Amino acid sequence: MTPSAMQTPRPPATAARRALRGLLLLPLLPLLAGCNLTVMFPSGDVAMQQRNLVLASTGLMLLIIVPVIALTLLFAWRYRATNTEARHDPDWDHSTGLEVVIWTAPLLIIIALGALTWISTHTLDPFRPLSRLEPGKPIPAETKPLEVQVVALDWKWLFFYPEYGVASVNEMATPVNRPVTFRLTSASVMNAFYIPALAGMIYAMPGMETKLHAVANKPGEFEGLASHYSGSGFSRMTFKVHSLEGDGFDKWIAKVKGEGKELSRDAYLELERPSEREPVTYYASYGDGLFKSILGMCAVPGKMCMHEMMSIDAKGGAGKDSRENAERLQYDNRHVERGDEAPGANGPASQHAPRSDKPSDSQDHGPHGKGENSVAPNQLNN
Amino acid sequence: MFSDTDLQKLLFGRLTLADIPYHEPILQVTFAGVAVGGLAVLAAITYFRFWGPLWRDWLTSVDHKKIGIMYVVLALVMLLRGFADALLMRSQQAVAFGANEGFLPPHHYDQIFTAHGVIMIFFVAMPFVTGLMNYVVPLQIGARDVAFPFLNNFSFWMTVSGAVTIMISLFVGEFSRATWLGYPPLSGADMSPGVGVDYWIWGLQIAGIGTTLSGINLIATIVKMRAPGMSMMKMPIFTWSSLCTNVLIVAAFPILGAVLVLLTLDRYVGTHFFTNDLGGNPMMYFNLIWIWGHPEVYILILPAFGVFSEIISTFSGKRLFGYTSMVYALVVITILSYLVWLHHFFTMGSGANVNSFFGITTMIISIPTGAKLFNWLFTMYRGRIRFEVPMLWAVSFMVTFTIGGMTGVLLAVPPADFVLHNSLFLIAHFHNVIIGGVLFGMFAGVNYWWPKAFGFKLDQFWGKVSFWFWTVGFYVAFMPLYVLGLMGVTRRSQHFDDTSLQPWFIVAALGAGLIALGIGAMIMQIAVSIKNREALRDTTGDPWGGRTLEWSTSSPPPDYNFAYTPVVHQLDAWWQMKARNFKRPVTGFQSIHMPKNTATGVILGVISIAFSFAMIWYIWWLAALTFAATLVVSIVHTFNYNRDYYIPAETVVRTEGQRTDALAVAGRA
Repeated sequence: MTPSAMQTPRPPATAARRALRGLLLLPLLPLLAGCNLTVMFPSGDVAMQQRNLVLASTGLMLLIIVPVIALTLLFAWRYRATNTEARHDPDWDHSTGLEVVIWTAPLLIIIALGALTWISTHTLDPFRPLSRLEPGKPIPAETKPLEVQVVALDWKWLFFYPEYGVASVNEMATPVNRPVTFRLTSASVMNAFYIPALAGMIYAMPGMETKLHAVANKPGEFEGLASHYSGSGFSRMTFKVHSLEGDGFDKWIAKVKGEGKELSRDAYLELERPSEREPVTYYASYGDGLFKSILGMCAVPGKMCMHEMMSIDAKGGAGKDSRENAERLQYDNRHVERGDEAPGANGPASQHAPRSDKPSDSQDHGPHGKGENSVAPNQLNN
Repeated sequence: MFSDTDLQKLLFGRLTLADIPYHEPILQVTFAGVAVGGLAVLAAITYFRFWGPLWRDWLTSVDHKKIGIMYVVLALVMLLRGFADALLMRSQQAVAFGANEGFLPPHHYDQIFTAHGVIMIFFVAMPFVTGLMNYVVPLQIGARDVAFPFLNNFSFWMTVSGAVTIMISLFVGEFSRATWLGYPPLSGADMSPGVGVDYWIWGLQIAGIGTTLSGINLIATIVKMRAPGMSMMKMPIFTWSSLCTNVLIVAAFPILGAVLVLLTLDRYVGTHFFTNDLGGNPMMYFNLIWIWGHPEVYILILPAFGVFSEIISTFSGKRLFGYTSMVYALVVITILSYLVWLHHFFTMGSGANVNSFFGITTMIISIPTGAKLFNWLFTMYRGRIRFEVPMLWAVSFMVTFTIGGMTGVLLAVPPADFVLHNSLFLIAHFHNVIIGGVLFGMFAGVNYWWPKAFGFKLDQFWGKVSFWFWTVGFYVAFMPLYVLGLMGVTRRSQHFDDTSLQPWFIVAALGAGLIALGIGAMIMQIAVSIKNREALRDTTGDPWGGRTLEWSTSSPPPDYNFAYTPVVHQLDAWWQMKARNFKRPVTGFQSIHMPKNTATGVILGVISIAFSFAMIWYIWWLAALTFAATLVVSIVHTFNYNRDYYIPAETVVRTEGQRTDALAVAGRA
């Protein structure tokens, strides 16, 4: 026999051990990348619990994954055709004991993981108000959550602070260790709101409200982003989140009040138009009930709000009279009536270069000063 | 100038000369490449006088073997297109940082990722899977063809029509920018008024018809046409996985068809199923598309499971361990795959009860899947494993797929999904299972059944080169994406502000480069094998020491597959026949009744392309004409009674005689 065949009992063992060691080192790999790994090293309690869940589930699964991979490599090596010393049993195809084990082992893991899932899905439900600031740190009785109303626009984020009567675009702030309740909607297509350092993402959808609860435990500047593709400006639909300590948040609010303009309904309708790389903008005040009307898709004067329609429907509908409402229920999503191009509009069909092919620094992309000279793609209505 | 007259609109709909994107340098080069390549192919066909045989023996063929091969050719050609898109995306993401915009503006980049997803799933993975099933299943069950041979040909041409429709968008107009699943409201008429989404809708709708019909065909074949003695529990495991796959196809694809019809109505006649206004609800679309979409994932992976079961058992020289539990695992996966769709959008804000239900059902799928992995393991245990190319793919699959499965179960935990959904972690996960599972399975299958289909083995050296480049390239390309996902980097981004991410994207791009070398080696492997085909010749029909009936006939099999319908007594029928010193009958042949070729499939395919083109560009007269033509051709075809013929007994005698001689030369008579 060749020497390699004589040594067979040893090489597979060392090979397997080496493979095993490599796999055990795999989870440590992220450490090499340092604090860049926001999801693994977040700054808020909710994201931290989600991180812990990721690690716990991975650990639980590695209990079965590691042996499977190790055995695959071991068997592949041990029972290679050239190793004639290994036992060959061509008709062995059943073993009740083994079958019980191979169905039970994954089952047990999944029972454990399923229990973990059931509990964590309920405790970390984005709609559920927080029950603590950090492990062992309950929410003080006098602390009221900060409510932030979020609107996903094409392609920027609008934040309302109803408690302070201010609003901002592409920048938000939160005090450290004060729970935040986000109420989210969208004014155009579906989107997703994600601040990896604070909490998991949630969709923002037109005509619907979703909620997200989070808290920042550390001061700092975090990245916020749109994580659901929404058209050509999507990649740059990012914002900064300032987590501020002490009176930092009050100062930020004061700054917004001092520097900001007024976000009237008309100003909002201008803002709503598609634009990319919107600069950070502050608004010292905003029109009454603006968020509610955006949510009801009735920010444009004369449109019927969703909740009005729902209340008509709840009363059994308006029968033939509802024909009169049809006009009021159609929203100018594509802003064509106002001379804007739709986010997904197509170069050829509209007979002019698509938005994103135009030079990016052109004034055309600003939220204002658009409309008069823009080409209305009338053939789109064909 | 015609440009604004009504006549032009009447004749050409919204199509104008401006819709030919001659100003795009990338497209110009592509078009030149396609034109030169196409002309070269046409010239070669003419030079070798191949038009006649091509038409008679291939395009109009109803032979399941020819159709299976054509499906795989379609998949390989489309793989090149889909992979070119992948290279463009990887290069763009490797350079577009900070002030650098990269070379693809969003308008172009968004089309590319949409096209990549659509092509890879619908026109690479699907034809690959369908092609293998088409080729192998009738041979494995000892049948002479599928249950409905013409339907098979028609299904293939519908798939081709869908692929051609999508390819036309490259050179006339544009493709969709609304992602591979075309979520409204973005894909609605308001937000995407152009032709892109319409190309997507009609390409998928037509290909989907083909897929559904081929599913019906294969179910009927497996249920009704098994060789005598082959009860359900004596069916080869690949046939079992095909049966489950086709059940999934028949139950899932009509949902895709229906949801596309609803979207079509929204876009063409102003209904409001998925719009924002007038009570439309886009969330409904998410549910419907994923009620198709999740079973689709298993439609792709189950055949790969079947391929690996066959390969691992064959190359371990051993019975498949736990056949019965393998079958039950397949059936359980088939059923469960309908109960998990919501895990694709936990983040849409369903309540905790709904999310945990779908999270837990998803995890439950990993139990039968895990059992299958263990069964493969114990098939290798106490085997004699020959590391031929198919087996290399199988081992690589077992390791890679296990990792992908683990990240999949992780994503099934809703709160974990909240931080990883739509991130590059998700991208890494599904490429991990689709490349490491489906594609590796298909490559293994091609290497395994190639000698059966063409009568010679594929070159081993280039096969191994390709294998290593693919495997290493896969890890280099996708492991960085896992890391990026953990950094909170989202998918579909055309540009990044944070330059510290760049090294990871450069590594990923290098990985894509390695995969490109793997594809190159694969082409090289096929070319070298064709050149050396005499040296690689398989005269026995059973080059690997096979276990199932396809290895009992010659390579390539005669038109009629089996001169005598085999009689099955046990699982691994051919293995048993060999063990009992089965003597191949050499006398008493009779003439064999076979289906006849027909051009109807090709004609309907061409008409369908014209129909979808007309619908996309609003050329209503052509749409009406081609729609009517479809009906007329279909009805006329029903009056074609000239649809079968007999292979005369003399031909059978001659063919079988040649096989006897070949076997004698190979020393296996």
